[in-house]
Amino acid sequence: MSYRQNIQLTPDKKLKHFLTIEGLSRAILTDILDTAETFVSVGEQAVKKVPILRGKTIVNLFFENSTRTRTTFELAAKRLSADVLNINISVSATSKGESLLDTLRNLEAMQSDMFVVRHSESGAAHFIAQNAPDHISVINAGDGCHAHPTQAMLDMFTIRRHFPSFNQLKVAIVGDILHSRVARSQIHALTTLGVEEVRVIGPKTLIPTDVEPMGVHVYHDLRQGLDDVDVVIMLRLQNERMQGALLPSPQEYFQSYGLTENTLAYARPTAIVMHPGPINRGVEISSKVADGPRSVILEQVTNGIAVRMAVMSMVLGSYAAARGEK
Amino acid sequence: MTNYNIDAMLENMAEQIQRKQQAQSIKDPLMIGIHTGGVWVANRLHEMLGLTSSLGTLNISFYRDDFTRIGMHPQVLPSSMKENVEDRHIILVDDVLFTGRTIRAALNEIFDYGRPRNICLAVLVERDGRELPIQADIVGEHMKLAKDQHIKLTGPTPLNLILSGGNARDELPAEYSTNS
Repeated sequence: MSYRQNIQLTPDKKLKHFLTIEGLSRAILTDILDTAETFVSVGEQAVKKVPILRGKTIVNLFFENSTRTRTTFELAAKRLSADVLNINISVSATSKGESLLDTLRNLEAMQSDMFVVRHSESGAAHFIAQNAPDHISVINAGDGCHAHPTQAMLDMFTIRRHFPSFNQLKVAIVGDILHSRVARSQIHALTTLGVEEVRVIGPKTLIPTDVEPMGVHVYHDLRQGLDDVDVVIMLRLQNERMQGALLPSPQEYFQSYGLTENTLAYARPTAIVMHPGPINRGVEISSKVADGPRSVILEQVTNGIAVRMAVMSMVLGSYAAARGEK
Repeated sequence: MTNYNIDAMLENMAEQIQRKQQAQSIKDPLMIGIHTGGVWVANRLHEMLGLTSSLGTLNISFYRDDFTRIGMHPQVLPSSMKENVEDRHIILVDDVLFTGRTIRAALNEIFDYGRPRNICLAVLVERDGRELPIQADIVGEHMKLAKDQHIKLTGPTPLNLILSGGNARDELPAEYSTNS
């Protein structure tokens, strides 16, 4: 592995960048969740805005398409009173390396304080963090098949709002684990926060071979895997990432791995259903379940704003604190 | 002199609030406490006055003026405003009024919930050291403290005021008391 997690922390162990869950302590993850909790009330104010990041410039640097993630990051930054720049850069495979650094130098020259980076290459956010000057914080908004840490944290936040504690929960992640940066970040977060069991469920072709050492149990049968779980996390079937014939057809996939009222019945009666979106109705989840009473999919979207506000204010605050002490 | 009669201070405050409300014929005021100590004081006052509208609480961390110097503050409980502040008479409660910066932040936050009719400030302890033009309307007790002395409310049950800093102040004339 070419990147290490320590780059994320200041010398006094505060969050400076947020690139991956891997290597972060339970204390830091809990701190993010607690901070997010305090930001929820901002969304309930008449004026949905607090002045804490007034005068800061945050650049949403999206090399890959995204609507939900970019808009919730933008909204989070605006609710913190920061100025936001949205830059969408479609990458041509040849012009990555050098043009990326040039782009960064230009944005630095505009006195930015934070980059929120989405990129189709794993490790892109790390690379940018390594090459950014000291006053800039970088948040990973999804890199390749590697990590999507704010999505994982908003999922943890949503789980925590439904269950009193993590340590007795059984959580199943269903679907295309192989291509899912969300799943990887979720697994790290769930194990760090100490859930009882994490299961991944999917066809052999969509389960990476290195997943078991991460401390999860692998199931290839949906009903067996869902038996007695508290949380069902469905993943989107990522057609655009599929190379080669990993699957017969979406219809057949739905037959075996689609979440319906029948298959959900195997989970605990109190189980909640999550999905990072966008959902493919009738491919990985039926409309009845997606819109049903156990679905918390839209809550996840709302929670995403508070969690992103928390992470943004923490990373910018750690630099402020380090400088203020001098 | 470290034993403070907090119950008496609270009763004093409750009485002043009642008198003020009668004078201005205010009905159904909305009480708001500032985390953490202000909420403890507000809880007691809310009960003593038998207020019917639910107590609001403010976490002013996001409105502080020192973020660029010290970053995010240690966690306190989130703000909770179940009542509408629009056009209401508000009693804002805190434990100690010192520089006035906390109150400035709290006023800003309240206005992000709506436009109150008026706000009156009630504090358990008023000491000097104001850095902003802010004063309390209701005061439990005025205290004359040296700059390097700190007074802190601990609680929630029992409530206690702890005085610290300013060592040897009793033995030295006042002009020496700020040397630490």
